[in-house]
Formats: sequence, C-alpha cells, structure tokens
Amino acid sequence: MNSDIAVAKRQTLAESLGGALARLRTRNDAAGNVASSFRRRKLLENLTGQALGATVILSLFAAWEIAARTGLVDPMFSSSPSAVVLTGITMINDGTLARHFLASFKIYVVGVGLSILLGVPIGVAAGWFKWVNRAFSPLISAFYTMPRIALMPVFIIWFGLGMEAKVALVLMSAIFPLLVNMQVAMQNIDPEFKRVGVAYGASQWQLFRTVALPSSVPFLLTGLRLSMGRGMLGVIAAEIFGGAEGLGYLIQYAGATFQIDVVFVGVVVIAGFGVIVDRSLAHIATRVDSWKITSS
Amino acid sequence: MNDVLAPWRSATEPPDAGWGEVADAPARRESVPILDVKDLVITYENQQTGAQTEAVRGVSLRIAEGEFVTIVGLSGCGKTSFLNAVAGLVKAASGSIAVAGRLVDRPGPDRAMVFQKATLLPWRNVLDNITYGLDLRGLPKKQVRLRAQKYLDLVQLRGFEHFFPGALSGGMQQRVNLARALVTEPQLLLLDEPFAALDAITREAMQHELLAIWNQTRKTVLMVTHQIDEAVLLSDRVIVFSPRPARIVAEIRINLPRPRSAEVRFDAVFDQRAKEIFDLIHKSNLIHKSTGKVAP
Repeated sequence: MNSDIAVAKRQTLAESLGGALARLRTRNDAAGNVASSFRRRKLLENLTGQALGATVILSLFAAWEIAARTGLVDPMFSSSPSAVVLTGITMINDGTLARHFLASFKIYVVGVGLSILLGVPIGVAAGWFKWVNRAFSPLISAFYTMPRIALMPVFIIWFGLGMEAKVALVLMSAIFPLLVNMQVAMQNIDPEFKRVGVAYGASQWQLFRTVALPSSVPFLLTGLRLSMGRGMLGVIAAEIFGGAEGLGYLIQYAGATFQIDVVFVGVVVIAGFGVIVDRSLAHIATRVDSWKITSS
Repeated sequence: MNDVLAPWRSATEPPDAGWGEVADAPARRESVPILDVKDLVITYENQQTGAQTEAVRGVSLRIAEGEFVTIVGLSGCGKTSFLNAVAGLVKAASGSIAVAGRLVDRPGPDRAMVFQKATLLPWRNVLDNITYGLDLRGLPKKQVRLRAQKYLDLVQLRGFEHFFPGALSGGMQQRVNLARALVTEPQLLLLDEPFAALDAITREAMQHELLAIWNQTRKTVLMVTHQIDEAVLLSDRVIVFSPRPARIVAEIRINLPRPRSAEVRFDAVFDQRAKEIFDLIHKSNLIHKSTGKVAP
C-alpha cells in the first residue's frame, strides 16, 4: 500500500506547486513585469502539462498495484509494479539486463546505421534523378507495404541464426521510412528556390547542395524518427523469432516460462529506450530547424 | 571568373545609326549597348496538349549603359517572359539577346534578377542570402563578406545580418532580394515587378528607396511592372507592351530631371507621361479585344 500513498502524495505535491506558481503569477502581473510574467506563465503551463501526464501514468501504476495486492487480478499472470521494480533491480545487479540490452543495442545500432548510410543516398537519388525514380519506385512500393517480418525465415536461411539475419531484418524495417522521406523531400523542393539558384548561375551540384539538401532537413528528421522506431520493432521481432540473447529473446523466453515480471522489465527497458531516442531526436530537430522557429 | 564580366571589350559590333534617338540618355560613351535584343520570339508549349502559345512576338530593344528602362503592360502580356528570356531562364524560340555585345542564352554573372516574390532561402540568414550569388561563384569568404557589408548599408539592413528571412517584414525581405542582386555587381539589373507583392505604403517607400539607390549606383536597369507611376518615377524610358503576344506598342521618354526625388511625383510632366502610358495600354487592350489582333 506504501507506493499508493506515495503516488497520492506526489499528486498533491504537484497540485500545490501549481497553485503556488499561479499565485506568483497573479502577483507579478500586478507588478506589471510583463516579460517575466510571460515566462513564468509559460513555465507554469509546461509544469502543469507535465504534472498531468505524470499523474495519468502514476494513477495507472497505482491501480495496477492495488489490483494485484487486493487479489482483484492474479499476480501470477499480471505481476505488479513493485514486483517488476524488484525483478528489475535483481536483473541489473546480476548483469542479465545489461547483457540482453547490449546484444539488442548492437543489432539496433548496426541495422539503423546501415539504413541511414544506404537509405538516405538512395532516397536522394530516387528523388533527384527522374530515371532512378522510375527504376526503383516499383521496388520501393513493393517492399514498403510488405510486413518485413515475413522475410525473417529467408534471412535465417541466408545468414544463419547469428547477428546478420537480425541486422538484415532491422535494415529492411528501418530503411524505407528514410528512403521514402528523402525521395519526397527531393520532389518537394520549392521550384522558386531552384529558380533563384539557376538565375544566380548555380550548377546542378550547387543547386543540390544549396537548395535541395537544406530544404530536405525536416524530411530527414521525420524519416530518422520513423526509422528509429521501426528499427526497434525490427530488433525485437528478429530476436523473438530466433536467437539466444537480446531483449526480444528475453521477453519471449520469460513469457513462455510465466515470468511476467521479467517480461515487463523488458518492456519497460524497450519503452524507456524508445522515449530517450525519440526525445533526443525531437530536441535535435528543434535545434537544426532554428530558422523555422524564428519564422513562426 | 572575372573575365566574363568584361566581355564587351572585345565586342566587334558597329555602333547603330538609330542610336542617336537616345542621345540624352545618361551614358552615351559606350557604343555597344548593355542590352541588345533583336526580333525576340518566345513560345510556350502547353504541358498537357503540346500546343504552342506565343508569348512574345518579335520584340527588339536596346538599353545603353546607365539607362533605367521599364516595360509596362497588362498582366499576362508576356513582359515577364521577356524579362526571363533576358535573364536566361527562358529560351527564345528565335531572335537574339546580347548583353554588352555577347550573345546569351543562359544565366550569367553579367545579369542579376530581383524577383517579384523575395524567395529568400529560409535556412540562410540575411547576410548569407545576400552573398548567395557570390558564394556560388566560389569567391573567397572574406572578400564576399566585405562586399556584402556595402550593400547591407545601401539597403539599410545593417544590424539585421543574422536575422532569418522568416523574421523579416515583406519590405525588408524585398530589400534583401535587391541587395542579393546588387552585390553581384551585374552589368544589367533585372527587376521583375519588384514591389507588386507589397502593400501600397511599403511599395511607395520602396520605390523611393530604389530611386535613391539608383542615384548612387547608376546601374543599367530593365524593370517590368504594371504600376504606371512606378515606371514614370524611376525610368528614363518606358516601353509599352501590347497584350499577348507581346509587341512594342510605344516607347515613352521620361524627360524628368535627374537626380530625381519623391517630389517628382508632383511635377506636371509626371502626370502627363503617366496619362500617355495609361492611354496607350488601354488603347492597345481595346484594339486587342475588339479585333482579336495585336495593335500595330
């Protein structure tokens, strides 16, 4: 019951913090300090927003914990937040979590890295040169819509049960969002910008470098975000399919042996990693696109 | 790269007999005109049907060094096509365009275009937008910066070097557009309805600013506009185009004294010339409408 109370305490803390800031705001408005009052208002908006999000998650955890402890659900099948935390700590201490995480991470980095190295240039070429577009478009469409996991048996036959087959699946999962986004980026270059470049004597290469590449940055970031998400799906799917290590394997094995706590530890680690990757990319996006922010 | 800036030194074209008509143009020492267009015909192919449309039919035009010449005509009459052909952005079906005695059919450093829409590259700040044309020529960065400073001052944008276009007003964007062209120090400056996208008050301010800039630089200018007052205020000569396909209906000399200031608008000659041009445009339009034929 302890964590339940802690959750409730945190909730009231968030609320009282909000209230205090609100009072601070009113006082500042009265003082007529517009700039700092604006900043404070923004901060308050931010804080209450985050508090709201945290409250929802924490409430769900609380409900889960209560349900497990009161016997409303069978802990054998549902586990509970406290059990998951304890199992997680054990797994961190004995190194199993690190081992599985690193195994998955290695495949992820290699697979997504290859997708970037191959997907961006192919996508750029397919968008920039009409004949490359015509040559590759049917192939891209065919692969883009197909569930990549269906290829896993083939990859295992080709590359064996080792790392290569998994990397191949990650690559096939992660490459298309990048490829298609870069292709679209090249096809969506404002013709007026191209005209300016041409009028000032830009060569094809200069047009590409000074107009096409900078204007494709937002597309690149969207592509990266999508492909990093797809890449994670690919890693987990590949590891569930076969192998002896990695988070996917861990989840699959734990599930088969009714270690629900372990399944949830795996899920939490994957979700946490996903959030970190996504947030850092979003952060980079706001920095790189500073000219867009300025214009709004 | 610099040798192409002075190709007229080797020009062999003999001085034209009819050239005396513009004897009171500011610079008559140069025997070879800065712009010499002969019997220019421009046709467009409809992308769907393949049908040919004539935009310009046999226009000849010469501009001496230091002259400010404006083409006026109704919207869609082919005047912008003519300007684009001079800029090298549109290919002529027949006829010839020579800049300082050298035939041209593509953009070159001897001309610079100020576009109707500012079309600044949004990922480049003001300074980098101004230096765009020079950057494309691969000039040393230091020299480029130095040159840009002069034109930053000329268009009164000092202090805004590091602003991104999105943060600028329409008038300021248009000044960057102008500076971007001026900094390349072209022999012929091309202005495509440069103030048409601005509100009336900003437009008038920009016209006066352009007048002041011209007084300082004495560039050879070919402008296209449908604002009659703008044409009279700025030009030495105004060329009236017929509705499409464009032909020259008349040529009006604006014999208002130089250097001009905004007060010139109150000169009786100003109104007289403006009315003449107005009548010519509308007469040619009426003939065009009633007979479907081009005015003689």
